[in-house]
Amino acid sequence: MTRLNLNGTPVEAAADPGTPLLDVLRGEMGLVGTRFGCGAEACGACFVLLDGAAVASCTTPLSAVEGRDVVTVEGLAPGDELHPVQQAILDEQAGQCGYCLSGIMVSAAGLLARDPHPDEAAVIAALDRNLCRCGVQRRVVRAVLRAAGAEVAR
Amino acid sequence: MSTPVEERVSISSGGVITVIAGKVELGQGVLTALSQIAADALGADLAQVRLVAARTDGGPDEGLTAGSLSIQRGGPPLREACARVRAACVAEAARRWGVSPDEVTVRRGEFRSGDLTATYADLAKALELPMEDVRAVQEERDYVGTSVPRVDLPDKVAGRPRFIHDLRLPDQLYGRVLRPPSPAARLARPAPLPQDLRVVRDGSFLGVLAETEAEADRALGRLRRLTEWDDHDTLPDERDLRTYLRAGPHETVPVCEATGEPPEGEVVGATYSRPFLAHASMAPSAAAARWNPDGTVEVWTHSQGLFLLRRALADVLGLDLGRVVVRHVEGAGCYGHNGADDVALDAALLARECGGRPVLVRWSRADELTWSPFGSAMSVDVSAVVDAAGSVRSWEYDVWSQGHISRPTYGGEPNLLAGAHLERPWTYRAATDPPPQAGAGMTRNAEPIYDFPRARITGHRLTRTPIRSSALRSLGAFMNVFAIESFMDELALAAGRDPLAYRLDHLSDPRGREVLRRAADAAGWGRPGLGIGFAQYKGYGAYCAAVAEVEAEEELRVRRLTIAVDVGLVVNPDGVRNQIEGGAIQATSWTLKEQVRFDRRAITSRDWESYPILRFSETPEVVVELVEDPAQPSVGAGEAAQGPVAAAIANAVAASVEVRVRDLPITRDAVIRAMG
Ligand code: FES
Ligand code: FES
Repeated sequence: MTRLNLNGTPVEAAADPGTPLLDVLRGEMGLVGTRFGCGAEACGACFVLLDGAAVASCTTPLSAVEGRDVVTVEGLAPGDELHPVQQAILDEQAGQCGYCLSGIMVSAAGLLARDPHPDEAAVIAALDRNLCRCGVQRRVVRAVLRAAGAEVAR
Repeated sequence: MSTPVEERVSISSGGVITVIAGKVELGQGVLTALSQIAADALGADLAQVRLVAARTDGGPDEGLTAGSLSIQRGGPPLREACARVRAACVAEAARRWGVSPDEVTVRRGEFRSGDLTATYADLAKALELPMEDVRAVQEERDYVGTSVPRVDLPDKVAGRPRFIHDLRLPDQLYGRVLRPPSPAARLARPAPLPQDLRVVRDGSFLGVLAETEAEADRALGRLRRLTEWDDHDTLPDERDLRTYLRAGPHETVPVCEATGEPPEGEVVGATYSRPFLAHASMAPSAAAARWNPDGTVEVWTHSQGLFLLRRALADVLGLDLGRVVVRHVEGAGCYGHNGADDVALDAALLARECGGRPVLVRWSRADELTWSPFGSAMSVDVSAVVDAAGSVRSWEYDVWSQGHISRPTYGGEPNLLAGAHLERPWTYRAATDPPPQAGAGMTRNAEPIYDFPRARITGHRLTRTPIRSSALRSLGAFMNVFAIESFMDELALAAGRDPLAYRLDHLSDPRGREVLRRAADAAGWGRPGLGIGFAQYKGYGAYCAAVAEVEAEEELRVRRLTIAVDVGLVVNPDGVRNQIEGGAIQATSWTLKEQVRFDRRAITSRDWESYPILRFSETPEVVVELVEDPAQPSVGAGEAAQGPVAAAIANAVAASVEVRVRDLPITRDAVIRAMG
C-alpha cells in the first residue's frame, strides 16, 4: 500500500509501486480528469501538483508520491466550486476540445500559488510545457491573467 | 408510443427537449451552435434544449462532420425537425384552447394565446399524434447570432468524464495493439507466447488485453520484445518529395482549361511545396467495443462519420449492417481523418475474443503520430505572363499530390488500418479526392479568385503510394492558397506595386475586396514588414484575409495575425472567433515547424520531440474582425484561415528580411538557406 494525500484527503493505493501515478489516478482512484497525452513528459496533459509543483503524472511512479500531497484538476477547488483559473477559462471561453485544459489549469494554479500576480511573460513561461493543438493559447493566457486579477486587454 | 413526429426529438415530463445530433462534436463547438439553432426553431429556452451525441440507432444519417459544412448542412434538417415539433405542439395547444393555431405564439418555451399558457412538457403528447403538414412559422432569433457559451466546456473544465478515454463500461477490459514497425512489415513467425499474456492475433494484427491500463501497457511491452517482423524499405526519399510526387503514376485532373494562345509578355514562374503533415491531436485515438450475446456489436467512437464507419466495420467483421451499432463519444480535437476509425476496428477485433466483455483500446503517442493518415505532401508549379505594368495576362498552375480522402468506404474498401494486417487482408487503397462539387481535394482552392483573362489549372494525383494520406483540415487548400498568394506577392513586388493594391486591382468580388480591406485596416497596412494572404475557402465558402507581422531575428516568430473573415450569417460570433483563432494558430504551427519525418523504411517522427508543434511562447496574438453579412447563408469557419495565414507569414518574412521561402516549413534554417 502506498499512502498519499490526494486532493486533501489521505488515501491508500494498492497498485504496484512502479505503476505510473497517472494510471493509479485514472484507474483505482477513479479520477479521469487527468489526461493521457504522450506518456513521456512532453505534453502536459497529465500534469498534477506534487507538493505544489506541476509534474507529469505519466512518468511519476506511485512510489515517488508516498507521503506527499497530490492535487489533480478535480481537487483544484473544494467540492463543486471552481478555482479562479477554472472560472476564468469559462469566462474567456478558453477551450475548444478541452483535452489539454486539465494540465494547463494545473500548471496555472501552481503558478498563481507561488506568484499571485504574474505578468504575461510569467504566465507564458509557466505554461510552456503544456501543448494545445486546437490553438486556444492566447485565450488561456488571458484567462490566467484574469484569474490573477489583472486587467485584461482584448 | 405511436410514430413520433420526429424520431430524433423527445420531450421529458420536466420539459427537457432532447435532440439527437446529426453532427459530432470535434472540439469545434458544433453542439453549442446546433443547440442555438434548435432552441430558436422550437421557440424554446436554450437551457431546456439538450443536443445529445450522434448515433446510428435512432439518430439521423447526415454523413460526415467535415469540410466546415456542419452548420450549412446540419442546420437546415435540424431546424426543420424542430419546427415540426413546434408546429405539432402549437396545433395541440390550439385544439385544447379552441383557438386557431395562428393565435398561438411560442417564445422561450412558453406557448401563449391571450391569458392561456402552456409549456412543452404540457404539450408533449402532441408528438405522438399523427401530423399533417407543417406550417412555416416565422421564428424569432433569440440565440442564433449571439455568443452563447460552449455547452461542453463546464464538464471539461471541472475534469469530469467526458472523453472516450474516460468510458468505464461494466466489466471493461483495456486493450493495446502492437503495430508493425513500418508500413511494409509483416509478422515473421508467431513466437511462442507465455500463458499469462492475453494476446489476440489475426495475421499480422496483434493485440493484448488486460484488466487495467497499466497492465495493458506492460503486456504490450512484453509482446513487443517477443515479436519478430519481416521488413523492407518502401518509402520515398524525404529530402526529394518533389521528384517522388511528380514521378507518377498519376490521374490528371483538369480544373480549368485555357482558351487560345498565351498572350505575349514576360513569363515568370516559381515552385512551392509542403511536406506531409500529421494531425497530431492531443489525445491518441481510442474506441470501445462490445460483442453482445445476441450477435450485435456496439462500438463507441470519436469518428467523424458514424454511418460510414458502421458500413466499413460490418464489411471487415463479416456482419450484417443491422448488427453493428455505432455511437459517438467525444475525443480530443479532430482536424480531419485521423486514427478514430482505425482504432474502432482495433477495439472490435479485440472485443470479439472477450466473451461479451467490453474493451477500451487506446493508441500510443507514437501510433497516433505514425499511423494516423497524413495530410499529403504537395508540389506546385505556377507561372504567369505579365504585361508592362506587371498585371497578370495569363496564368498556368500545376499541382502534384497524393489524394486527400481515404475515409472508410471511399473507393469501395473499408480503408481501416488493421484490415491490411489481417490473415485475409483488405487492400488499403491510395487516397482519392472528393468531387469538385464537394470542394475537391488536391485542387481545392487551386482556382484563384482573381480576374485573370486566361488560366490553365491542372492537378496530378499520385495513384500509388506506400504513405497513407487522407483529409487534414482544409485539404489541398492550405497548399494552393499558400502557393497562389505567395506568387501574387512575388508578382506585386516584381512590378514594384503594393501587394494589397495589386490584389485589389485583380479582384472584382465585393465580399473579397471587403475582407482584404478590413484586415489591412485593422493591421495598420502600410507599415513595413507586414505580409498578407487571402482566399475564399473552396471558392464558395468563407472569405478570409490574414495579415502577419513577424520577427526574424535569432528565431523566426509570428508576433501577430490580424484576420478578417466573412462567414455570412454568424450563428455564434465567439464560436467563429474561436475557430478562426484556433485555425490560425494551428496554421502558424504547420507553416513554421511541422514536417512528418521518415527514412526509407519507417516514419521516424514518433513523439513531440521529433514532431514539434507550436508552444505557448511561440503563439502569435490573433485579432479577428468579423465582417457580418446576415443576408448571406452561414458557411463554416473552421478551415478558412489555414491557407491565408501560411501565405501571410511567408509574405511577411519576404517583407521583413527580403528572402522568399517557397518550401514549407519556414524554419529559421530555411530562411538562412534561402539567404544563400
Ligand atoms: S501524458 Fe504526461 S506529459 Fe504527456
Ligand atoms: S483545446 Fe484542444 S488541445 Fe487544447
